[in-house]
Amino acid sequence: MAVSSRKRRVHGMLKLYYGLNEEGKTVDQAESLDPCDINGPHFDPEVYLNKLRRECSLGELMDQESCMVKQIRSLDSDMQTLVYENYNKFISATDTIRKMKNDFKKMEDEMDCLTTNMAAITVFSARISGTLQDQHAQITKLSGVHTLLRKLQFLFELPARLNKCLELQAYAQAVTSHRRARCVLQQYSHMPSFRGIQDDCHAIMDKLAQELRQKFRDGGSSAKDLSECVELLLQLDEPAEELCDKFLTHARSLSATPTAGTDILEFIDRGCNEFVSSLCLVIASYQELFVNRPQESNLAYKNIPQMAVGKLHAFVDSLAARYFSLVERRIQEEKSVGDNSLLVRALDRFHRRLQAVAKLLPGSAVPSQGTEIVVRAARERVKQYLAALQSFYLDSLTDVRQALAAPRLGGSSAGGGLPELLSSLSASILNQIKTVLASVHLFTAKDITFSNKPYFKGEFCSQGVRESLVVNFIKFVCQSSRQFCESAVDRGGSTPPALLLLLSRLCLDYETSTISYILTLTDEQFLVQHHSPVTAVTALCGEAREAAQKLLNHYVKVQGLIISQMLRKSVETRDWVNTIEPRNVRAVMKRVVEDTTSIDVQVGLLYEEGVRKAHSSDSSKRTFSVYSSSRQQSRYTPSYTPSAPMDTNLMSNIHKLFSERIDIFSPVEFNKVSVLTGIIKISLKTFLECVRLRTFGRYGLQQIQVDCHYLQMYLWRFVSDENLVHFLLDEIVGSTAHRCLDPAPMEQSVIEVICERG
Amino acid sequence: MEDDAPVIYGLEFQARALTSQTAESDAIRFLVGTQSLKFDNQIHIIDFDDENNIISKSVLQHEAGEIWHISASPADKAVLTTCYNINWSFGALGVQNASESRVVTSSAVWRMPPEWESGSHESPDDPHNSHNPQSLDLLCHLDNSAHGNASCVLWEPMGDGKRVISLADNHALLWDLTESSTQATISSSATLEGKGQLKFTSGKWSPHHNCTQLATANDTAIRGWDLRTMKQIYCIENAHGQLVRDLDFNPNKQYYLASCGDDCKVKFWDVRNISEPVKTLEEHSHWVWSVRYNHSHDQLVLTGSSDSRVILSNMVSISSEPFGHLVDDDDLSDGEDNHNDEKTKEPLQDSIISMYEEHEDSVYAIEWSSADPWLFASLSYDGRLVINRVPRALKYRILL
Repeated sequence: MAVSSRKRRVHGMLKLYYGLNEEGKTVDQAESLDPCDINGPHFDPEVYLNKLRRECSLGELMDQESCMVKQIRSLDSDMQTLVYENYNKFISATDTIRKMKNDFKKMEDEMDCLTTNMAAITVFSARISGTLQDQHAQITKLSGVHTLLRKLQFLFELPARLNKCLELQAYAQAVTSHRRARCVLQQYSHMPSFRGIQDDCHAIMDKLAQELRQKFRDGGSSAKDLSECVELLLQLDEPAEELCDKFLTHARSLSATPTAGTDILEFIDRGCNEFVSSLCLVIASYQELFVNRPQESNLAYKNIPQMAVGKLHAFVDSLAARYFSLVERRIQEEKSVGDNSLLVRALDRFHRRLQAVAKLLPGSAVPSQGTEIVVRAARERVKQYLAALQSFYLDSLTDVRQALAAPRLGGSSAGGGLPELLSSLSASILNQIKTVLASVHLFTAKDITFSNKPYFKGEFCSQGVRESLVVNFIKFVCQSSRQFCESAVDRGGSTPPALLLLLSRLCLDYETSTISYILTLTDEQFLVQHHSPVTAVTALCGEAREAAQKLLNHYVKVQGLIISQMLRKSVETRDWVNTIEPRNVRAVMKRVVEDTTSIDVQVGLLYEEGVRKAHSSDSSKRTFSVYSSSRQQSRYTPSYTPSAPMDTNLMSNIHKLFSERIDIFSPVEFNKVSVLTGIIKISLKTFLECVRLRTFGRYGLQQIQVDCHYLQMYLWRFVSDENLVHFLLDEIVGSTAHRCLDPAPMEQSVIEVICERG
Repeated sequence: MEDDAPVIYGLEFQARALTSQTAESDAIRFLVGTQSLKFDNQIHIIDFDDENNIISKSVLQHEAGEIWHISASPADKAVLTTCYNINWSFGALGVQNASESRVVTSSAVWRMPPEWESGSHESPDDPHNSHNPQSLDLLCHLDNSAHGNASCVLWEPMGDGKRVISLADNHALLWDLTESSTQATISSSATLEGKGQLKFTSGKWSPHHNCTQLATANDTAIRGWDLRTMKQIYCIENAHGQLVRDLDFNPNKQYYLASCGDDCKVKFWDVRNISEPVKTLEEHSHWVWSVRYNHSHDQLVLTGSSDSRVILSNMVSISSEPFGHLVDDDDLSDGEDNHNDEKTKEPLQDSIISMYEEHEDSVYAIEWSSADPWLFASLSYDGRLVINRVPRALKYRILL
């Protein structure tokens, strides 16, 4: 224990001396501040002693003393060993230094020796180089001559080599060789021999250039070959402009014009594959050759790019124009409207392929022209569809006409299938419109590249499809309907009346529902945004209604005319003065009633009944007969008195005062009763006017009485206001009486008997 | 405006025939022929006093039969022609067998008795009670029994009253009247030939081309004839959809012709180009029986129809004064300021001026007065004669 602590103390001192600080240093420091620490640096023996004396007992002091003594002894021995050790080391160091002194002396000698040797070597070396100087110069000269000779040999061999290259068609090698020699030859051209070589070379190179040009001109070589040729020729200082031209002319012949293919898709495909891709290739290689040349080339090339780009644009434009004209012609040939998808796909492909050109040649007008072609084609297409729709409409009208004519031939009642015809007609038209819309819709499909062009987003939908297709078609329907009204009047009613009726109903249906349906459908399908003003639904509906009204009016006119003609003929052709006593209703009246009934049936198939003025409960023949006979009495009886004419006029005038003025050819409403009223009005008015132009005998008057009674029996049920029929028939009988030489009216009962028998 | 109200005159009989007294240029005078099978027919001479708005009438007996057409000589105001029915059955009344009875339309030239003006003027309202209403003096028959029923007789316009044309069935006969119109001889004739029973319904002697042209209507066609050769010079087939009822020449434009018919339309034709009408009016709601150009202002066109209406239209665009009347400076002196302003107005548009609804029966005849160009008469079947004026505002616009 005591040894280890002493050792540590010794270590600590050494450490302290060498400034080393290791662990335990804090302990040292803590101890060191204590003056009573016997090992600390601030140890104060006085304090320590005083402390010991104060604190410790005698025994302890004794122990302390013995301990102290022991420690002092061990310390002494330690000191002694240390001194010994140091001494020994000092001795050995002295020995070493002495030894070193001896060694250095030896080395100094050797160094002297070395110095003398080196001097000798220097002398020798100088002598050797002196002797070798001449020979070295000679060798250098020789090697220079050798190189020159090799170059000369190359030059002399050049023509032959070039020839050989020419033979082997290794043009590239030839050009490289020539390029290498060219400057030298140029420089030494004043010397005849070199001149000879140069001339030879020139001749050969000319030939080569010739050959290259020949190759360039020949068709067979591929674009790659071509570009190689051009590259070489350029290196041969051929004028770039001429080359561009030649290249392009050649390319022109190369881009074979697409032949007129079988169908449009194939045609466009072929066009794209052959023309557009070779065009792209040409553009690419051209650009590589002329436009994108590295700038390190000499001055002559500097303005090539601009020139070349200009030429390229002109070239592409002219070529594209030719191609476009071809394509356009082909598109125009595409008249059949059956399958639009083919055309759309073709146009899409066409448009898509042109995008490649756009990428290659950013400033080119080609893609926009292409888009324009597409737009034009679309426009043309819409027109064709309109024409197709129109012809479809006319065709279906012809079909309807035939269908109307057919049953009449078969002898069945006219217009039996009118409602079916109407529904099938309108359905087929609607279907056709839908088909057309679907076809046209392909133009705006999402996967079509040109569908996102502004034209196809806006104008095409609103102006193209909505206005010029749908609206125009509806207008066409109305217009052609109106034409039926106009043409038929002048050309003797070539249109069957049933068709007029049918069309009128069709137009009316259009007005009420179909137009708005179609337009809504269009707007939905095409998401039409109305930038420009478009035709309003109401305007179209108005037009349709007008057409329907016109057609119906015309129908009334035509049917009225047919009956009128019968009545007129029957009145005009008979000798009313010398007729026999009536025994029967004339056949023509039966015919009139029959026709009116069939018209009633026909109209009833398509139009609603309509409002009828309330009938008096017994609005039958009896009411009429009483009424008319009483009136007739009052009319005819006084005519035998001298003051008769005045009274007659008075009577009829008073009667007229209380009746409304009747417009004969007035517009009718869209219902059966109104239509029938119109027809009957026209017929009876004609009857009246014809009667007034004739002179009657007694039996003539009686025949008219019978006829009118018969008409009254059957016609009242068709009209809206039976008083109208009463009034007109009264007028007829009254006028006949006036025109009668011997006005002796028939007994009402007899008339009734005759009519009932008929 | 009070004197613009229509003046109405009622005849006792039904009537279709109306004409203005062409040779009379001072008094406003119309002649109306009645139709009655039972009584003696009459010719009413209607005088209209424009200033007092009063009608005075005279009646002449026309015993020959009911009058279908009447026209007055352009040269002698006492001479007129009528087309009338003769009912032979009257003669056979006693005979039980009525089959002999026959109705024939014939035509004749008449002279009014010179004393008619003083004769029956006294008691205009009571013709039946007046003693011996005077009769017309027969000058001559336009004897056409060989040619069928006469439909109308036309005087040579502005002629000396020596030439008339009568249309009978399918014949057009040109007569020369000689010896103070007491002799009538056929100088030439034309016959319409074709399928079926063709019959002239109406005709008009053109006042142009030295009065060498005639236009006739049969069925739906209008035909032009050259009177020198009596050959057809043009034919408008299907001029109207149905029967053509009447036609009239534009008095100032020699190639212009108006026609009307049973298709309710009035059409204006340029006979140099007959494929299409120049203009079509479709205002009436029944057959149009009569159309007349105003004699002085040919933009004024009058039409009468069996829808009981008379329509006065202003067809400026196809008239001889398309830009309005060209005013002489002299006329301006008495014009008021506002009239001067009116002259600078836009030219008038084609339009309907007015629709006259005074009639209650079919209007078969209309006629402009030959004395006063702003006045016209219309006659409906019930015997009502209405005298109307062109609206004053329009009159001033045309004049000033």
